[in-house]
Amino acid sequence: MSTIDPATGGKEPLIIARGLRKEYGDFTAVDGIDFQVNRGDSFGFLGPNGAGKSTTMRIIAATLTRSGGDISILGKDPEVRGPEIRAHLGVVPQQDNLDNSLTVEDNLYVYGRYFGLSRTFIRNKIEELLAFAQLEEKRGVKVEALSGGMKRRLTIARALVSEPEILMLDEPTTGLDPQARHILWDRLFRLKEQGVTLLITTHYMDEAEQLCDRLMVMDKGRIMAEDSPANLIKTYSTKEVLEVRFGSDRNAQFADQLRSMSDRIEVLPDRVLMYSDDCESLLHEIVSKGMQPTTSLVRRSSLEDVFLRLTGRSLVE
Amino acid sequence: MKTSDAVLIAESLKGRFAEGTYSRRARAVLEHRRIAFKQGHWIVVLSGFVEPILYLFSFGYGVGKLVGRIQVTPGHWVSYAQFIAPALLATSAMNGAIYDSTWNVFFRLKYDGTYKAMLATSLGPLDVALGEIGWALFRGLIYATGFTAIVMPLGIIKGWYGLLAIPAAVIIAFGFASIGMLYTTYAKSFAQMDWVNIVMLPLFLFSGSLYPLSIYPEWLRYVIEALPLYHGIQIVRCLSLGIIQWSLLVHVAYFVVMIGIGVTFTTRRMRALFMR
Ligand SMILES: Nc1ncnc2c1ncn2[C@@H]1O[C@H](COP(=O)(O)OP(=O)(O)OP(=O)(O)O)[C@@H](O)[C@H]1O
Ligand SMILES: [Mg+2]
Repeated sequence: MSTIDPATGGKEPLIIARGLRKEYGDFTAVDGIDFQVNRGDSFGFLGPNGAGKSTTMRIIAATLTRSGGDISILGKDPEVRGPEIRAHLGVVPQQDNLDNSLTVEDNLYVYGRYFGLSRTFIRNKIEELLAFAQLEEKRGVKVEALSGGMKRRLTIARALVSEPEILMLDEPTTGLDPQARHILWDRLFRLKEQGVTLLITTHYMDEAEQLCDRLMVMDKGRIMAEDSPANLIKTYSTKEVLEVRFGSDRNAQFADQLRSMSDRIEVLPDRVLMYSDDCESLLHEIVSKGMQPTTSLVRRSSLEDVFLRLTGRSLVE
Repeated sequence: MKTSDAVLIAESLKGRFAEGTYSRRARAVLEHRRIAFKQGHWIVVLSGFVEPILYLFSFGYGVGKLVGRIQVTPGHWVSYAQFIAPALLATSAMNGAIYDSTWNVFFRLKYDGTYKAMLATSLGPLDVALGEIGWALFRGLIYATGFTAIVMPLGIIKGWYGLLAIPAAVIIAFGFASIGMLYTTYAKSFAQMDWVNIVMLPLFLFSGSLYPLSIYPEWLRYVIEALPLYHGIQIVRCLSLGIIQWSLLVHVAYFVVMIGIGVTFTTRRMRALFMR
């Protein structure tokens, strides 16, 4: 059994990665990252497309061999003890991989059988999972006839058939309607309360903020930052953000003057963002200097501001 | 949290041979195939089942009238139908095994995530390979059993040793299913899959199925003797005619090697395709 490290606040470390790397040919998808996930954490991976989130998740899930570095999951090396590690995990891959030719119920059944679970165990579990995914009415329907969101829900339900202690969700709510997302958040929160460790990747900042108590921001295979959502905002942004618009030609014209009034500003084509802990007085100052914005908005800093600051605004392909 | 059943089951295999590759649960894959088949295409299976029967009636009785009796070992003469029946049985075992292990596996490899899903659980790549090969083998076995059931009452395959044709068919189907699946894991296109069908017909026609190899010049005989179906036909023919001789071991060994290579490398390919 794993040892308990006092440095982690008495929490048992489940996943420890050191210098973890993954190369595809000449291309480095994961570039030597270190992280640790403790039991009961809900740990989020954020990052732009191609950052290496799914790659990292798949290495943890013991379905992708690493190119370098070390990783241990529940104290085991995935290269040697793959099946045993996978027995602890529930995996929701980025792309659904249900068997389209089987019914909803049979998909859950065969998946349970892969873990060696008994027929009666699975039969009982199926009732619970169909209720969880709200697919009771669809139990006898072939998967190919489900909507995208229903398939997603089924994939998530399927991951729970083995009662995993670590649930790995790669963009779980992409393609779900707002109702389904909120229901899923609620369900995930309950699992977390039961002590299930969650690993989540998402492009939705509200989701990350709702679900995760620790976040790791990745870009180009590296870790840009790692902390709690609140601390990330504290470290990488100000309390508030002021968004002012002067019309597209005047935004740039006022830029220099505005820059002198705040530690950090961003001039975008349609608006100027100014970061400050007291945006109301900043706005007063701007107006008093004779620059009358057409619109202005003071809002609290969000995770999205942190994300864009750390990973840039442009699409890098 | 209490330890889940899934974990207890996986931990019970700790320290066993090849624990990272094989979870001793290929039957879960077989069960999946069986459930998927319930809604499947019986008609395709039926056609493969009828084919050798048609050959037997057309060639066995028709051509049989012209050729008379054939000598299989010195002094051992059989009717033409008795001569080709074991070959047809071996070939139907091959066809059944190849059909499921090539085309069906190809679609699963390319167009659905079944294998990815399987390998995200506590199954290992050897479980998946054995399960899939086992299912294909099963189809070969069904064909062979059906053929035997029809042919035995007609007296073409006879005696208790005639029933040995069925375990022989299992060995043959296992060998072809293993190699068929291995080939499929390398195939990239439909054209490459078509090669399977292109190869199988001549393999049937020239492997000593419809006439003895003694008809060929010596060099060609060596070529045929290197091919798998020849050995498969010999196993069924010897067993079903009650000819027990040492050369049987050679034929069986050929298939054991085929199975060994097929299963080992299919497992590696599954790992390479889905876990790298
Ligand atoms: N099998 C593969 N072969 C080659 N390159 C790959 C392979 N899988 C991933 N990559 C590359 O590795 C990089 C990281 O991919 P990954 O899927 O981990 O990104 P991601 O952070 O999950 O992105 P997204 O948000 O779009 O899902 C990408 O540049 C991708 O093109
Ligand atoms: Mg991804």
